[in-house]
Amino acid sequence: MPKITIDDIPIEVPEGTTILQAARMIGGDIVPPAMCYYSKLETSGGYCRTCIVKVEQGSAKDPRPMPKPVASCRTTVMDGMVVRNITSPENLEARAGVVEFLLLNHPLDCPVCDQAGECHLQDLSYEHGKEATRNEFERREYDPIDIGDKIKLHMNRCILCYRCVKVADQLTDGRCHGVINRGEHAEISTYIEKAIDNDFSGNMIDVCPVGALTDRTFRFKSRVWFTKPVDAHRNCDKCCGKVRLWNQGEEVLRVTARKDQWGEVEDNDDGSTAWICNECRFEKKNLSDWTIEGPSDISRHSVISANHYETLRSIQTNTLKMMGAKPHGVKVELGEGALDPNNQK
Amino acid sequence: MSRKLLLKNDHIQGINTLKTYKENGGYSVLEKALKGMSPDAIVEEVKKSGLRGRGGAGFPTGMKWSFLAKPEGVPRYLVCNADESEPGTFKDRYLMERIPHLLVEGMILSSFALGANTSYIYIRGEYFYVSRILEQAIEEAYQAGYLGKNILGTGFDLDLYVQVGAGAYICGEETALLESLEGKRGNPRIKPPFPAVAGLYGCPTVVNNVETIAAVVPIIEMGGDEYAKIGIGKSTGTKLISASGHINKPGVYEIELGLPVEEFIFSEEWCGGIKGGRKLKAVVAGGSSVPILPADLILKTANGEPRLMSYESLGEGGFVTGTMLGSGGFIVMDEDTSIVKNLYTFSRFYHHESCGQCSPCREGTGWMERILKKILDGRGSLADIDLLWDIQSKIEGKTICPLGEAAAWPVAAAIRHFRPEFEAYVTNPDSIKDIKHYYRLKN
Repeated sequence: MPKITIDDIPIEVPEGTTILQAARMIGGDIVPPAMCYYSKLETSGGYCRTCIVKVEQGSAKDPRPMPKPVASCRTTVMDGMVVRNITSPENLEARAGVVEFLLLNHPLDCPVCDQAGECHLQDLSYEHGKEATRNEFERREYDPIDIGDKIKLHMNRCILCYRCVKVADQLTDGRCHGVINRGEHAEISTYIEKAIDNDFSGNMIDVCPVGALTDRTFRFKSRVWFTKPVDAHRNCDKCCGKVRLWNQGEEVLRVTARKDQWGEVEDNDDGSTAWICNECRFEKKNLSDWTIEGPSDISRHSVISANHYETLRSIQTNTLKMMGAKPHGVKVELGEGALDPNNQK
Repeated sequence: MSRKLLLKNDHIQGINTLKTYKENGGYSVLEKALKGMSPDAIVEEVKKSGLRGRGGAGFPTGMKWSFLAKPEGVPRYLVCNADESEPGTFKDRYLMERIPHLLVEGMILSSFALGANTSYIYIRGEYFYVSRILEQAIEEAYQAGYLGKNILGTGFDLDLYVQVGAGAYICGEETALLESLEGKRGNPRIKPPFPAVAGLYGCPTVVNNVETIAAVVPIIEMGGDEYAKIGIGKSTGTKLISASGHINKPGVYEIELGLPVEEFIFSEEWCGGIKGGRKLKAVVAGGSSVPILPADLILKTANGEPRLMSYESLGEGGFVTGTMLGSGGFIVMDEDTSIVKNLYTFSRFYHHESCGQCSPCREGTGWMERILKKILDGRGSLADIDLLWDIQSKIEGKTICPLGEAAAWPVAAAIRHFRPEFEAYVTNPDSIKDIKHYYRLKN
């Protein structure tokens, strides 16, 4: 089995593993962020370039460094490979550049976006981006459209990860949406006014890393951090029936598939992916439809739900206190409780 | 007079017909090779010739051919890249228009060498009329028994098709070309696997430029060793150069590699000097994507040696003081040319032609274009020049295919060599009305 090191951490992985998968086996801060790669979808990855890493040594046989940063999600490991991610400042700078490109035309409409609080782009820009954009030009705009009766497409927010296209290709018959136009004008669209209508189309919402595809039955109902997720199941003849319910009191606001710590849909016991059908997702909105298993063990990694902003503020305040400055010298001046996720004012 | 191998008969009336082509020695090499040589012997001759890919990257063709995987029971393909879309390059069009049979003969020879029984010529959409000429030539070749089943009684079968693209620059990238040929959206594939292992329809495939395939004919005719004697060092043979811009005699020239750049621009035999006796300002030596060089650096290298038309000499000094031979799109600019305006034109092109698959190129090319427009309109600031530099550095090398580099290099080189001119657009817009002032300014 090939032995590699990622940020000086050695690991032995099976033949054919990608750098990103190897990093996920190690876990922690050294895992490159991935916006387009989705381990459950074949041929995904390689487009967004956020997972780029520097390969300092190609392999034990050929120790030359790779000339360019490589997409870790699509590069398989070689024995003796030396990879640098967070220990390479130039790699972090390059990634910050990619984040800037992804946000260049993003509307930053998080306050009215249903994805906020579980958005991978939010996390990415917070963890890997810079505080301000240098773009002074008008952002490109599209009107939101309904693709199918249950799914809303906000093309403004899309980062063209191609995940939804791959879901349609690999999960359903007769894909009728894809990418049209080229370059900056590329957009997700359906085949001439066609609606997406098949039993598994809802999974497009689950794989979308941003708020481009949202659930129309959940639109503007609640912020995700005000909902209580529980795991539940039902006997479904179309899918595995294992879901996550996002409840407020007795009300089921939203049904999604169960996701793991990487934001990907979990596997069933038999190793297949636990995609869910549209009936479970959109039709079964009563608690009585479901057998509740218990509260979900979800990763509160999101910048909002994990109180990242609050933590940052307290670090700044404490540092300034230690330096003898007064707390009101803090740069971020916000109203009382403005960042408290439970503050509903 | 320089030696001509590809274009030696281009002046003959009717050379595009099989009859005239054969009268001038056409298809004799093919007959000789098919009857007297083994496929491996042809590959060996090409290796010996030192022929390098003429499409831009300059990868040794013989080596590329020897990488082709040969699993049992799987078809192999040869694809000719005639999607010549690099601004400033028009040599393949001339070759195909004038002597289509040279390409057809080269395709048959190369397919025989590689063991391909189906081959394609992928031609750009704008060359629609050229595809008609090629199809006519292929039809003639079928009738003469050079294509089809059991060619010349040797038992070798070959079908040759012309496929017209839809006019996308990106489809000149070999993997995007293969996607497009398969009928899909022309997005570059992620490598590895390389086409030599999994190319067209997942089968081993070789993709070569038109000029490369045409050059196989003279190589087999004269022998690889003899071909390698032409040229200089590792740049062997002859190269078609598409000369354009402010020169007295623009056109397609076949040169022996190693010709001094100064002679090429100023001698009567070639470009014939700058129009109107004006001064040379800058040259883009190998198609729009290679770095632009100011007059002093294109005529002489940084250490004072004369610059030659060869892969090595043009590349000397890396990108700091050198450039690339690229596809041979030689664009000459005189003292009246605004480098910033020229760069804006190039950037607009790359913005338009980005496929939109990976984010740095999709977003960055448009951003660079907008900033350049702003500078041109006199609304720019000095910080914008630094921002441009930063953007190009964040695109270069971060993308799936080389279009990212192609968009970034011209920007980097223009700022590197002509920064004072950019600054003049920002700080003193009136002065650039007479661009000649900035001729002698250097960093």
